[in-house]
This record gives sequence, structure tokens and C-alpha cells, in this order.
Amino acid sequence: MMKKIKWNHYINYIVIGLLTVVLSAIALAGGHFDSSMLFLLEKVAISIILAVSLSLVVGFLGELSLGHAGFMCVGAYLGGKVAALLEPALGNGPLNFLISLLVGAAVAALCGIIIGIPALRLRGDYLAIVTLAFGEIVKSLFQNTSDESFDGALGLDTPRYDKKYLFIFAFILVLITLAVVQNFIRSKHGRAVTAIRDNEIAARATGINVTKYKLLAFTLSATFAGVAGVLYSFSNYTVQSMKFGYNYSIEILVMVVLGGMGSINGSILAATLITFLNTKLATVLTGDLAVLQNLLYALILILIVIYNNAPALKSFRDRYNLGALLRKLLRHKHDPAKIKDDAAKWDVVPTKIEMNEILSIDMTPQDKKGNTGNGGEH
Amino acid sequence: MAEYILETKDLGISFGGLKAAQDVNIRIKKNQIYGLIGPNGAGKTTIFNLLTGVYKPTAGTFYLDGEELKGLPQDKINHKGIARTFQNIRLFNNMTVVRNVMVGLHDRPEFHCSVLETLLRLPRYFKTERAMRERAKELLRIFDLEEDRNNLACNLPYGKQRKLEIARALATNPKLLLLDEPAAGMNPHETEDLVKTIQFIRDSFDMTILLIEHDMKFVAGLCDEITVLNFGTVLAEGDTKTALSDPAVIKAYIGG
Repeated sequence: MMKKIKWNHYINYIVIGLLTVVLSAIALAGGHFDSSMLFLLEKVAISIILAVSLSLVVGFLGELSLGHAGFMCVGAYLGGKVAALLEPALGNGPLNFLISLLVGAAVAALCGIIIGIPALRLRGDYLAIVTLAFGEIVKSLFQNTSDESFDGALGLDTPRYDKKYLFIFAFILVLITLAVVQNFIRSKHGRAVTAIRDNEIAARATGINVTKYKLLAFTLSATFAGVAGVLYSFSNYTVQSMKFGYNYSIEILVMVVLGGMGSINGSILAATLITFLNTKLATVLTGDLAVLQNLLYALILILIVIYNNAPALKSFRDRYNLGALLRKLLRHKHDPAKIKDDAAKWDVVPTKIEMNEILSIDMTPQDKKGNTGNGGEH
Repeated sequence: MAEYILETKDLGISFGGLKAAQDVNIRIKKNQIYGLIGPNGAGKTTIFNLLTGVYKPTAGTFYLDGEELKGLPQDKINHKGIARTFQNIRLFNNMTVVRNVMVGLHDRPEFHCSVLETLLRLPRYFKTERAMRERAKELLRIFDLEEDRNNLACNLPYGKQRKLEIARALATNPKLLLLDEPAAGMNPHETEDLVKTIQFIRDSFDMTILLIEHDMKFVAGLCDEITVLNFGTVLAEGDTKTALSDPAVIKAYIGG
């Protein structure tokens, strides 16, 4: 059958995998990265995990989640606490990291299920509202904990994991996230999820258990937000709940939207770009200029959105996009008529989720608008 | 094997004080093409929504092949063997044609593959994916859509979208197929084509079909039996010619 390798499916593994191998080889061979570089690498990895996992809910399930940072917060606190508790017994080696990771991810997943069960039964924007509330509640909850439990407003101290090698684990986690999310999307289960996005009523009538798949996608997404949270707690030494506010959730959402909803590679690129941009702006603009950071950031976002969507720039985009350049580089003739079955895009991107399709509740008996056109008079 | 594939008993639903349908008794024998007609607002689509579990009946019940399905959720009713199409076409627009049909195959037991198996990419995953794709292609071939299989569903012309919706419904392996105004918006030529398609489905899939339609010529030429609804109640039923020439039916349609 189709034994040809589908490069477009694996390009992101290859790029990130190669990057990981090269950087780890340099680090393990005794090469030196300065601490700001290491921190940036970790931050990029965290952002990619967050963006890819959120893209599962926003891009593929078609539901709006505004509380991704909340799940991350849960992961960060729980993972950090477990790590701190285990430190006397296990030290701060990989084993400690692994156990904290599992605990953080599991608790975040549990939160996902608890939030998802009531919220996903509702249609439309309710999930956005509920997740928004969840994020804020989690934030203030950890803010007001006592010193004995999660150190409240001071922030939870986590073990000082050897930062030199943390980014290697971070990138391995990115690869695992990619594998899980992409394998899920590119399967019959992912197909059911995208079917729900495209037409929930039809999906139900076609025998898809809509609640089950919504919950599954949402929980998977929350789990990886938890993973990112644990990573964050190891990368930062202290976890302060103020960081995980509404703004951070929106920032993750921006990565997904900017990358093109329903495009994993887009999310990865956008996450990398935005994280890089934010970090660089923060180092360049100091003192009084710090206020400019948000302004410049917003300006760049607006420019990117205009570039992506302006009709006047369409021909330019078609000619000079990354895919076209790559194809030219590989001397690969792109002929839409010759797309093989399996090569046909999994990630066909609706540039905007049709909100009216999601919001419409046109199964009401009044809605018989089709009837009027055909008339029963004859 | 029950005598009737579908049997409704005093089926009805009321929204507050409005009785959208009441005392509807329909009996459909295996392999019949059965028509459900009536003026605008007669409650035809409401009956479809009751039969597919969109609404829960407030009165009466219904049986598919002798099994009571009242109160089951939509996906369970579909698994039991009722599939439908919609009056205003509802496809998975941003998915390719072949994947639309593969969603229909999703819950067939022969294509079972757990989430863990797909995440770990075990051999079973590749086997079911290939089998589903082949089965979907077979279905598309029947409806003359195989050439379009890698196009997005939203890019298909209207007539093909209708066909695709029927193909997707058939992919769920139903015992009873509900078609909601399949000929709406079609020109006479396309309608003729559709009559052949529906008869073909009945014969080659051994299918029982219940359809809503406004085109009387279409109904008279295709249906074995019909039920005429008006204001949510049954006005006439039985053999197509007899029911259509019933004075009450003519009065309801033409008035006077």
C-alpha cells in the first residue's frame, strides 16, 4: 500500500528532534550556554507545550478555553510541592522530576475532568466563561494558601534542579506532547473531534458520543498544561500564582490564533516567536522604557495579523510562504490533483471558527426556514 | 424479526402548550420507501427529531425492529440503527469528503480501536485506518464521489453534498434511513437522478427509507406508502395514490 513516508507529518518532530540532539550534545560535551540562553530555551519549550495543547481545544475541538494558565498553575504548584517534599529523600535528580511531573499532570487532568463535565455539556461560549473563572479561582486560591501548604503570596520554592540539563528534558517533553497530540488528531478519534467542531448536530446524528470526545480532548489539553506547569516550577525556582492570570491565558490563546487555528506547526512557530519576542523586548527595554514593551508587542501582533489576512497581500503570501520556499528547495512539484490519500491534509484549517455555527441552536421547532422556499401550495 | 421495522405508538411532543405532534402512528415494513408529507409546519421534521432522539417524546413511544428506543440519546439511537440527513445540509465542511464518510464509520464494531492503541500507534491502528478508508472509498464509489474524495466537503456542488450526506448516513450501517427533503433545491434532472439513487439504496443495501418531501410528483413516483400530517396530527395514511386523493388532504394543501 502507501509505504511512502509522509514528510509533512513528521517535519516538526525532525526539526525539534535535531535541535534537541544538537543542543544537548553541545551541553553534554561541556559547551557553555549562559543562564539567560538556557532560561529562554526552557521558556520556549514551555510555550510550545502550552500552545500545542491549547490548540487541541481551540483549533480542533472548536471550543474556546480561557483558563489554560489555570491548569498550568495547578501543575506548577502541585509538581513544585511534590518535588520539594521529595527532595530530602530523592535529591533533585531526574527521578524527582519524573514523579513531580506525573503528579502535576494527573492533578491538572483531574481539574480538566471536573471543569469539563458540567461546562462541556453547554453550548457556545459557556466553556470560555467557566474556564475564565476557573483560572482566576485557582490563582486566588493558591495566593491565599498558608505558609505551611503552598506559601501563599510569597510563592512556593521549588528544588534547585540542575539548570544546565533541564532544557533537554523540556525538549523531550515537547516531543512527547507533539507525539500524543498529533497521534490523537490523526486518528479516528481526532476525526470525531474535528467532526464535532465542524457540525455538532451532524456529529451527534452520525453516532459520535459528543460529550465523551469533548471531555477527552479537553482533559488531554489540561494534562499537558499541567506538564508545562511542572516544567515552569523547575525552571523558575519559585512559583507565584500572580503569573498565571488572565493575561497569560490570553497570551497562549494568541499563540494558537496567530499560528492559525488547527495548525500544530503554526502553533509551534507562533509560540517560539512570541516567547522570543517577549523575552528580547524585556531585556532591551528597561527602566522607563519598560512601558513600551506591551505597546511594541501589541503592534507586532497587529502587523502579523494584517499580514496573514490582508487580501491585498494574498499573491505575495502565496508566492513567498514557508511551504512554497521549502518545496522549491526540495524541487518538489506541488500539484493539488496529485495529492495522495494519506497526504491529504489532516490539519485543514478553518481560518475562523464559525461562531454562529457553534452558537446556533436551530433545532427549535420554529426554525423551518427551508420550508418557506419550497412552498406547499401546489 | 418484528413485523415492522419502525412502529410509532401515539407518538407526540408538546412544547409548553403547543402540541407539535400528537398521536402519530406510523408503521413501516422492511424494505419500504415511506413518505411523510404535509403542509409547512405540519410537524414532519419534528417527527424526525423525535425518532433520532433530538427531542424526547412527551407522549407515546416508538420501536425499531421491535426494540423500544424512546429516551435514548442521539448517538445511541444511531447505533441502534436510525440514520438521518438534514433539511439544510449538515456536512463536516472543513474535512475532506472521504473523512466525512469515515466519521460515519466511526462506531462500527469492526473498526474499533481504542484511544491508547492510536496514541501508541499499535498495528491495530494502521489496520483499522486502512480498512476504514477502503470501506469509505467503496461507499463513495457507489455515489459517484470517489473522484472528489480529497476535496473539502464545502467545495462540493449542491447535488453532490446531498449525496455525500446520504453516504455518510449509510456508513453508520442503519436499518432505517431518514431523509429530510432530499430533493429540496434540486432541478428536475437532479431529482430524477435522486429517485434512482434512493431506489438503488433500497435494493442494494436492503434498506428501509422514510422521507419527507414536498415535491408531489417525487413522492407519488417513489413512495410505497405515505402518512400525511397536518397541525401535528395524522390526516391520512396508507397507499400513496389513495392517501393523496383523500379529500381532507387536498383541502389541507389547496385550502377551501
